[in-house]
Parts: sequence; structure tokens; C-alpha cells
Amino acid sequence: MTEKHLDAELHTRGTSLYVDDVAPPAGMLHAAIYGSPVAHGRVKALRLDEARNAPGVVAIYTGEDVPGENQIGPVLPDEPLLATDLVEYHGHPMAMVVAETPEDARHALTLIEVDIEPLDVITCPRVAHEAGHILGTPRTFAMGDTTAAFADCDIVVEGRSDVGGQEHLYLETQRARAVPTEGDRIRVYSSTQSPYAVQKACARILGLPTHRVEVDVIRLGGGFGGKEDQATSWACLAALACQITGRPTQLVLHRLDDLRMTGKRHPYSADYKIGLSKEGKILAFEVKHFQNAGAKTDLSLAVLERTLFHSTNSYFIPNVRAYAASCRTNLPPNTAFRGFGGPQGMFVIESAIAHAAEVMGVDRSEIQKKNLIQEGQSFPYGQQAERARARRTWEEAETNFEIGSWQKEIADYNAKNAATKKGLAAMPICFGISFTATFLNQASALMHVYTDGSVSLSTGGVEMGQGLSSKLVRIAAQALRISPHRIKVETTNTTRIANMSPSAASATTDLNGSATILAAEELRRRFRELLARELGVQDAENITFEDEKVFYCDEPTDWTWEKLVAHAYLSRVSLSAHAFFATPNVWFDKQKETGRPFAYHVFGTAWTEVTVDMLRGTYTVDRVRLVHDLGRTLNENVDLGQIEGGLAQGIGWMTLEELAFAEDGRLTSHALSTYKAPDGDALPDEIDVRLLEDADNPVGPFGSKAVGEPPLMYGIGTFFALRAALRAAAPEAELAFNAPMTPEKVMMQLHHNRLRTLWETPPTSTAAPAAAGE
Amino acid sequence: MTTHVEFWLNDRRVITDVPDGMLVLDYLRKDRLLTGTKEGCKEGDCGACSILIGEVVDGVMRYQPVTSCLTPVGEMHGKHVVSIEGLNLPNKLNPVQQAMVDRVGSQCGFCTPGFIVSMCWYMMAARETPTLEGFQRAFSGNLCRCTGYAAINRASLDLVEQFGPGGQWASIWQADDRLGALMEAGLLPGYFAEMPKRLEAIGEMEEVPRDDADVIDFFVAGGTDLYVQKGELLPRAQVKILNRHPEMKGIRKEGDTLHIGALTTFEEFGASEDVLAFIPEIQDYLHLIASLPLRNRATIAGNIINASPIGDMTAIMLALDTTLVFARGETTREVELKRFYKGYKTFDKHPAEVMTEMVLKVPAAGTGVYFEKVSKRRCLDIATVNSAAKLRISDEGVVEEASLTLGGVAATPLWLEKTGEFLNGEVLSETLWREALRIAHTEMSPISDVRGSAEYKRLLATQLLTAHVVKAAPERVSLDAMLAI
Ligand SMILES: Cc1cc2nc3c(=O)[nH]c(=O)nc-3n(C[C@H](O)[C@H](O)[C@H](O)COP(=O)(O)OP(=O)(O)OC[C@H]3O[C@@H](n4cnc5c(N)ncnc54)[C@H](O)[C@@H]3O)c2cc1C
Ligand code: FES
Ligand code: FES
Repeated sequence: MTEKHLDAELHTRGTSLYVDDVAPPAGMLHAAIYGSPVAHGRVKALRLDEARNAPGVVAIYTGEDVPGENQIGPVLPDEPLLATDLVEYHGHPMAMVVAETPEDARHALTLIEVDIEPLDVITCPRVAHEAGHILGTPRTFAMGDTTAAFADCDIVVEGRSDVGGQEHLYLETQRARAVPTEGDRIRVYSSTQSPYAVQKACARILGLPTHRVEVDVIRLGGGFGGKEDQATSWACLAALACQITGRPTQLVLHRLDDLRMTGKRHPYSADYKIGLSKEGKILAFEVKHFQNAGAKTDLSLAVLERTLFHSTNSYFIPNVRAYAASCRTNLPPNTAFRGFGGPQGMFVIESAIAHAAEVMGVDRSEIQKKNLIQEGQSFPYGQQAERARARRTWEEAETNFEIGSWQKEIADYNAKNAATKKGLAAMPICFGISFTATFLNQASALMHVYTDGSVSLSTGGVEMGQGLSSKLVRIAAQALRISPHRIKVETTNTTRIANMSPSAASATTDLNGSATILAAEELRRRFRELLARELGVQDAENITFEDEKVFYCDEPTDWTWEKLVAHAYLSRVSLSAHAFFATPNVWFDKQKETGRPFAYHVFGTAWTEVTVDMLRGTYTVDRVRLVHDLGRTLNENVDLGQIEGGLAQGIGWMTLEELAFAEDGRLTSHALSTYKAPDGDALPDEIDVRLLEDADNPVGPFGSKAVGEPPLMYGIGTFFALRAALRAAAPEAELAFNAPMTPEKVMMQLHHNRLRTLWETPPTSTAAPAAAGE
Repeated sequence: MTTHVEFWLNDRRVITDVPDGMLVLDYLRKDRLLTGTKEGCKEGDCGACSILIGEVVDGVMRYQPVTSCLTPVGEMHGKHVVSIEGLNLPNKLNPVQQAMVDRVGSQCGFCTPGFIVSMCWYMMAARETPTLEGFQRAFSGNLCRCTGYAAINRASLDLVEQFGPGGQWASIWQADDRLGALMEAGLLPGYFAEMPKRLEAIGEMEEVPRDDADVIDFFVAGGTDLYVQKGELLPRAQVKILNRHPEMKGIRKEGDTLHIGALTTFEEFGASEDVLAFIPEIQDYLHLIASLPLRNRATIAGNIINASPIGDMTAIMLALDTTLVFARGETTREVELKRFYKGYKTFDKHPAEVMTEMVLKVPAAGTGVYFEKVSKRRCLDIATVNSAAKLRISDEGVVEEASLTLGGVAATPLWLEKTGEFLNGEVLSETLWREALRIAHTEMSPISDVRGSAEYKRLLATQLLTAHVVKAAPERVSLDAMLAI
């Protein structure tokens, strides 16, 4: 049987449930949010009377109505739930309308008026940096001595690299439903990756102890990091209305509001300097990252840290100095997004290598290959590469995909064709797995076995399409040696699992799967003890389980799973187990900026081929072929889906997905008609994924490796493939390291200098000849 | 406005008097608690809300995929509305669902019902031999953020194998009555067999006569512009559903004149033999315009009256020298499309006038009709710049006819009057063409916006105009030369 995604049957029948698919409780109210119409200003007046009197409106709430603390900042307390005196980005939530229908609530929004004294708007991180608008403190990772090393280099190049943000575009917008229960208690159904963050924030907002708020999550219609921290405010708002009105309240963001009000992947601007020997060894690298954090801290500091961790991607560079600052601007607070700052770090080193290769007149891949990190070499943060597979994935790609002849094909094609040009580029990746905030690397599982032998499993992990439930079922079944059909994964609920870490950092399966294994082991330990008594033997360790049957010294017994469970119940042996897992051997010293932050790294190498239409400046991504290190796969189909889906998002980020902001801080790519994520047509028809064989990972559950984030970074190769195609057409053109490489950038870089004389000098024959004969 | 609307929703008869302008999506999710249909954007851009609409055509059911977020309930009278729930079999998955499950074409699942609906439509209705490309065109209006589509392609390939020549269900695909064959094999719910009878039993709609257009807030044709722009007002407004007037549909050829009903959709235009006769590439052009479910709804008149400077069908109609026919009560009036626009979104039409048809002369033999469009994303995206051309160039290279248009470079769709005049009667050469481009640049006045900077739009305009002549007369204006100017 092929491995399935356990929710897929429900999905294809349209019967799986998201927050607002559950039949609404009687009397449910609907909320809508009024966001600031300017990006920065002092609030002089907020006039709500007309809106209050609009049909269907039950109440309008502002920051002053918050019974607890008007504060939801997860790391630093700089984020009020509803802005009161100061608005700091366009769309900054200021008031909430609660009405009988969503239409009534949205209608009332149009009647709200506000007086805001405008203040200066900053959208560029460099400008913010200059002005000292820095969140937290800038960080520097250093290894070796770059100054001395540059003096020894044969080639030194410097430049600038810019990379845009990215809208998450989870198909299900942010939403939550809050339902009153008895007393001062409230139950919140939220589409969040972080139920505990929602629980804590709701309690803080409502002025209640945490245990009065129950958060329940069935599944998410996509998260990608966008619901790690930014699902919180919407859940708090629904909870606030529910608490005050005493009625169930639902808040579903309209797509336009979601786009306008929520943060995205951080755009970065960076300066780099790279030095190499004439043989192509990278000897020194310096980089300054200016992160565009948006208006609030959110998770920006953790994202910034990961940018530093991945500033040298898969390469060993002996002398490194990497600086990074989180710059406060008047954009919505940027937040987690698959890769979490890592991709932005990698884009800069890849730019620097491409730049150096062009100056040296060699193919970029030659330099990439020469510098791949090897066993025992150090990353700039002190951790050594263990079971380093950068070179292995590179070499397997080289042989599997016959890179030499592929490169030649491309060169021949370009020599023969003028109308279209092709580009080919390699993208190795190396991504660290673990939360870099070490304390988050913990998880719990709660396993109940019922007397009929069926099993209920709760963990702190959230199913958002990544296939967590399918993997947990597989892990639990394998750990208990029973059929997967007996296992059901429950909703993620704060009353069953306390203090859970967010489902993020690709680590959800690692952490919750490991906790699940421990819970199963605890049950098996109890069963062995019981069985030893029943079988009258001393050596409980020789009792084993396989295929729902019990063996003693490898001989079958007449005990089956069902018999065992029923007997355990009658013998008053607990059939429930709670287990706790903490990733061993991870730590980081922020004073020294060194440590061992990651349990392990994921490696891989991708090659991307593109074709550019030289006349129109449009392009296609033709094929991506890659070798990826998964450890031992837990569910090959699910893992393949993660790889392909991550790659697709990476390609989108590098090509079409352009967030446009006006100078006044307004998002102009404000709808799906103007923000374009890849559709089927925009992606390559050929995606060839090879998994590294024989690649056990002793620290992952059953030898597996995390898969969520790393594949996104293969998409970066698309940018460099496009650049290679442009180079083939215009070897001398000035090409910027500025992603995404939209068709506009292709066109402008190819043709603008050449063609603009057409309109800059008037036609010679202004008196056009009268049309002959007509 | 409210009228009794009677239709079939999956296997249930529905009689409702919800407001005419209410969206089918809202009706399904809120009034009927059929929550399999999802809302991802409410602007036609994601396909999560896809449904099928069936009607009886010549005694048999014909289904089309549409986005329920832009489709008013008021138009459903006498139709069969199929949501994802209506495609479910009692105890097993249908073939599309099974393929998607087998290939893990679904992750978070939010987009999945929309994909299933689009792919089921292909299984139920596609005429050609099944292909991967056919499935891809069927779901070209569906966005998925999780899978990267690769697994959905694999599911499609499974279906191609099963229904294609030699496949286990090849005979079903080839059957004259495909729906019947699907039902017989247990792959489609049996109730579909009842639909022609059931729909025919629904009488004509009794519309409260309200032709006094002054009380009408909105004329709704396909609704694909109106709902995006005024969506929140429509359910509360007085709307007149133009699609209740089928006489305004259809394409008719009289001599060398083509009469195109105002309500003709993009897809109907592309399927017309009369159109294919002089624009053989029309299907390729349409692939660049909106998406299948949108093209099933969007009307050409709506495109023209929406007056967007980047209307794609408008560009084509403009190049074809179309005349618009308007009616108000008994009075009719004709306006040349070239003279229709007055400024940004202003035009020569009284609010109470209804466009009834468009008239054009079928181009003479030897005339090529070309269309170019560049948008950030190739499919389902609005043009940054578009251009259409009607070109006839004699064997001697004389330009006998040059009707050129540009969209996205002025406040209105632009017909390049001076450029055309300059070219007409001249012998085409690279030098002449370069001069023509200079003249074209004097006719345009692009501005920078989210779709691109003014300079970029000028570049695109240059290249797209060139693309037409390079196609029409490569021996006179060569691509290599134009890339090397
Ligand atoms: C997701 C999406 C993608 C799109 N992609 C494209 C694209 O690629 N290219 C493109 O050109 N357009 C595109 N559009 C725009 C839109 O689909 C077209 O403009 C369409 O032709 C509008 O036609 P309609 O019948 O839906 O008009 P409606 O929305 O019903 O009406 C539009 C306007 O025309 C008026 N009107 C319509 N018919 C008549 C009539 N007979 N008499 C008088 N007034 C009338 C209406 O009152 C209204 O003011 C897209 C729209 C969406 C939502
Ligand atoms: S909801 Fe996105 S197309 Fe209808
Ligand atoms: S499965 Fe999540 S959007 Fe398609």
C-alpha cells in the first residue's frame, strides 16, 4: 500500500472541518476589524457613533474595552491588541465591530471615521537603520579574522543584495471562533500553529488565569509560519467580544483584510564582501543584513538569528563576520515564514558567489562545489558539521542528472537561439533543525488506550497539511506494534497538552513524534510487567510485541493486543500515558554567539533550468532536479509533497511574488489579483526528486529528518538560473541581485537602455503620410 | 430585488426567495450549511469556491465549472447547482477523489474541493481524449499553496491512464452518453440521471416586470467585475440579471457580418466556428485570459463596459473594428468601439442603456488577427500590457490593413490611429517599423502602478507590437534584427 495522507479522503469529499465549517452555535455574532487608513500617525479622534447605529451592530470595541492588558507581543511587549494613541502601519487594527451578520459588521466599518495626525513613514530598512529604529540589539557572528584574510585573497568583490518579502497566502484566511462556557471560562477555536500562544494571550487580554481559556485546533487550511504568531490577535479579538457580550463570536478575515493587516516574510537588504583564492576557495566573507521587521517585534529577532545561522549556507568559510539588525519600519509586523530568515541569509551568500564567479569568469557551480562544508568543519556559530552530506548530495546530483552534458546542452542551445535563452543553476542547501530558542525544543504526548483496543493520541502538534497526523499515526502504530487503523489523532487542545511549543521550525514531527514514542514505550513497559506476571516469567525484557501479538523469547503466546488491553483494564493497570520529550544536546550561548543550536542539519542540492523569452521578458521554469536528504522517510508521499510544495513556494518567492508598497506604506499588491502566487502553469512540469539513500538520522524519530522548511530554499536556484539566462544574452549588462526576478526586472535589465531612445526621441516623420488611397 | 428562484441543488429541489444578488457561495455555506465549498478570496482568483452549473441543452445536461463567489443565486432558476457534496458517492470515492487520495494531491485540504470539482468537470464533460494538459487547463483557475501541483499532476495522469485509450474506463469516456456511462459504472451519483426531467419540470421564471431601468442599481451580466468591485452592495441592491435574457446571447453570421450577442461569454466566443474561421489561434489567446470558470461567466459586453484599459477581449474587439449596439426601451443606437471611450472609465453610454449586441465585419482573406499579453503570471492574471492587431500584408510587403491596439498604456483601451495611418499602404521594412514604433509611442501615455512602471509598459508596448509584425511578416521584420536594434 502506498503511504497516504490520512485527511485526504475527507478533504476530497469536502467533509473535513475548519473553524467556521462547524455549524454555528445559536446566536453567534460576527466581528470585523477596522484598520488604520494611514501607516503612521497620532490618533486624534475615532468616531464610532454612526457605525454603532448601523443595522445589526451589537457593539464596537476599542483598546479601552480590553478588561485585562491590551498587549499581545510574544517576545517584547510592544504590540497592543488594538492601537489607541499611535498607529504604526496601514491596516493596524484600531476597533472591532461586532454584529449579527458578517455583512452587517463589514458595512458598519465603512461608517467609522478617524482623525489621524500623520507622522513620517519609513518603509526601507536601511533608512530605519540609519535613523536608529532598531528592535532588540544588532547581532554579530564571527569566526576567524576577515580583515587579515581579505588581505590574502586574490579576488575580493563587494556588492549589495536585496530580497523581497512574501505573502503566506494560506488558502484559509485567519479566523477564530470563541464560545462562552460556564463561569469566566471561554473556549476558543482558532486556526493557529501555536495554541499555547493563543491561550496565553487570550488570558492576558481578558485578565484571566491561563486555565480559564481552552484553545482547540482541528486543522489549518495552511499556515507556513503565518499562523505561528499572527493567528493570536484574531483569536483574542473574538475572545474579547465573546467575553463582553456573552455570546459566541466568530472572526473570519476577508482576504483583503488578511493581506493588508498581517505580516509577511521579512524583506532584507544586505551588503556583502567576499574574498577568494584564485583557485576559487572562499577565504573570507562579510555581510551586513538589514531586516525589514515592520512595525512590531513579533518574532523578528528569532528570524534575524536564523538569518545569521544560515549566512554561509552549505559552505565552509574560515573567516566570517556577519552582522544583522532588525529594523523597525511602518509595514505590518513581519513574521515567521517557512525558512524563518534562513532563505534570506542564503540569498546573500549565493549572490556573493555569483558575483565572484562572474568576475573570475568561471561557472558559479565551480565555486559552490569547491567550498561545500565537510565533516567536522565549523559553522560560524561554532557547531561542527556532523554527518555532513553537502558533498554527497552534490555528487549524487552530478551523476544522476549528468550535469556536465546538461550544461553543454544549455550552452549549445544558447549559441543557436536568439529569441530565447536558457539558464541553469545549482542550489545546495544546508538547514539546521531545532528551535534556535533552545527551551522550545520540548513536547508532550498523551496516549489513551480504550478497552476495545482503539487508541487516542494527543500531542502539541498542529495539523496544517504537512501530514503530521499521518506521521504520528505511523509512529504510534510502529511504537505499539499495532495496526494504524486503531489510532486516532485528536484535535490539538490546551487542556490535554499544556505549554506546547508552536508547530514550527520543521521540528513538529521530530518533537511530538519522539514524545509519542516515549508514551508508547511507557505503555509497553507496563504491559510487559503485567505479562511477566501472567506468563509467570521473570525476564520481562524478553517479552516483545509484533503485529498486535505478544511474543516471549521470540515464541508466539496466545496474548493479542485486544486481549492484553482488556486484561490490563481489569487488572487496574493504567491505559493512559503522558510522556515528555526534550531534544538532548542542544544549546546556544548568546553572549559568545556560539553553541550547538541544532540537533542536526538537512542537506540537499537542486539544479534548475529556465527559459527566457528575450522579446517579451517572460520566462518559464522548465525543470528542477534535486537530491534531498530526508534521513529515513516516515511517509514518502507526504515527504515528497513537502519537498515539492516547499520548492514551489521558493520558486514563487524568487519570481512572481512581489509585495508592492506605496511610499505612504499602503500595500498595493493588496488582493489575489495583484499578488500572484504560482499556479500550475507557473511551475515546472518536471520536478525530479531523488532521496538520499542510506542516510539514517540517529537523532530523529525512527531515523527520519525534518522536511518542512529546507526544500523552500531550492527555489533560490531559480533566481540564479534566470540570471544565467540573462547573462547568456547580455554578457555586459548590469544585473542586480534583487529578488524577485519579475518579468518586469527581466525586461528592464535586458532592453531598457537599448530601447528607450524609441520614445525619448520623437519620430522623424511627425506629419505621418496620409493613408494612401483611403 | 427578490424573486422566487427554483433550482436543484445537488439532489435537492430548492425554492428560495433570497435576494437575487446573493452569491451562490454564501447561500451554500450559510443558508444550506454546505461547507465543502470554500471561500479563499471572493474575487474569482483562487477557485476554492468552484461549483458546477448544469442546464439542459438540446435535451441533455451540460455542466460548466464556475466560481460560486461571483455568481448570483438569482440566475440559478431552472439550473442544476452541483457543489462538492453533490459529487460524493455514498460508500466510496469517485475516480477523481480516489486519484487525489492515492497521489496525496491534498495537504491542508482547503483548496481540494475546488480542484475535485474542476477535475470532475473534465471527467464529465471534456470532449477530447483525456490528457494531462486537459486536466491542467480544467484546474487552471484553482490555486494550491501546499502541494506545488506536482501530486495533482500525478493524480491527473492516473485519470488519463484510466479513462484514456486502453484504460479500464476508456469505454466510458468514449460513450455518447458519458454521464450515463459514469453512473452505470458507479462513478457518479445516480441522481444525475433525473436532472433533465427535473429541470424541465421547472417553469419559466415569473419575473416581476421591472424594465423601468431607473430603479435598477446594477445590470449584472457575468458579474465577474461587478462582484469584485461592488460585491458588498449587490445583495442589498436592485439588480437586473441580464442572463435571464438569453436572446442577448449567441453568434450569428449574416453574409460577411458577424452579430455577437452582448452576453456571449469568452468561452462561447472561442468555441464559435465563425470566430475560429478567422482567428484560428483563439483558444491559445483565451488561455492567457482569466481562467476557465471565469471565462464561462465573463461576457464580452461586460469587458467592454467595465472599460478597464487592460480589458483583453476589448483589445481584440477593438482591433476587429467592432460596432456596439445599445437599446433603451424601444430606441436603439450604434457606436463604434473606437469612439466609445472618453476617458478613464467614462464612455458614451446612458446608464439605462443596455448593450444588446456587437457587430463586426469578418476580416478579408489573408488577414491575421494577433493577440499578445504580458502579465506577471502567464495565466489568470491581468495584463500589464496587452495588444491586438488585425494585419493584412500583401505578398509584395504592402501593408493593406493595420488595426493595432494597446492596453495598459493609457486611460482607455487604445486604438493606434496614427500608427495605423502611417503604416497603411507602405511597404513594410525594419526601418519603417522602427518609425511606426516611434509614432506609436506618441499615442500612448502609460503611468506607473502595481502592474509595472511607466517605462516598463513602454518597453512592453514596443515588444508586443513588434511580436505581431514578426509573426505576420517575419521575412520583412525579423525577430533577430528587432532584438539587436
Ligand atoms: C479573477 C478574475 C480574472 C480576470 N481576468 C481577466 C483577464 O484576464 N482579462 C480581462 O480582460 N478581464 C479579466 N477579468 C475581468 C472580467 O472578467 C471581465 O471584464 C468580464 O468581461 C466582465 O464581464 P461580466 O459579464 O462578468 O461583467 P459584469 O461584472 O456583469 O459587468 C461589468 C459592467 O458592465 C455592465 N454590463 C455588463 N453587460 C452589460 C450590458 N449588456 N449592457 C449594459 N451594461 C452591461 C455592468 O453593469 C457592469 O457595470 C477578470 C476578472 C476576475 C474576477
Ligand atoms: S473564493 Fe476564490 S475564487 Fe471564489
Ligand atoms: S492543499 Fe493546501 S492549498 Fe492546496
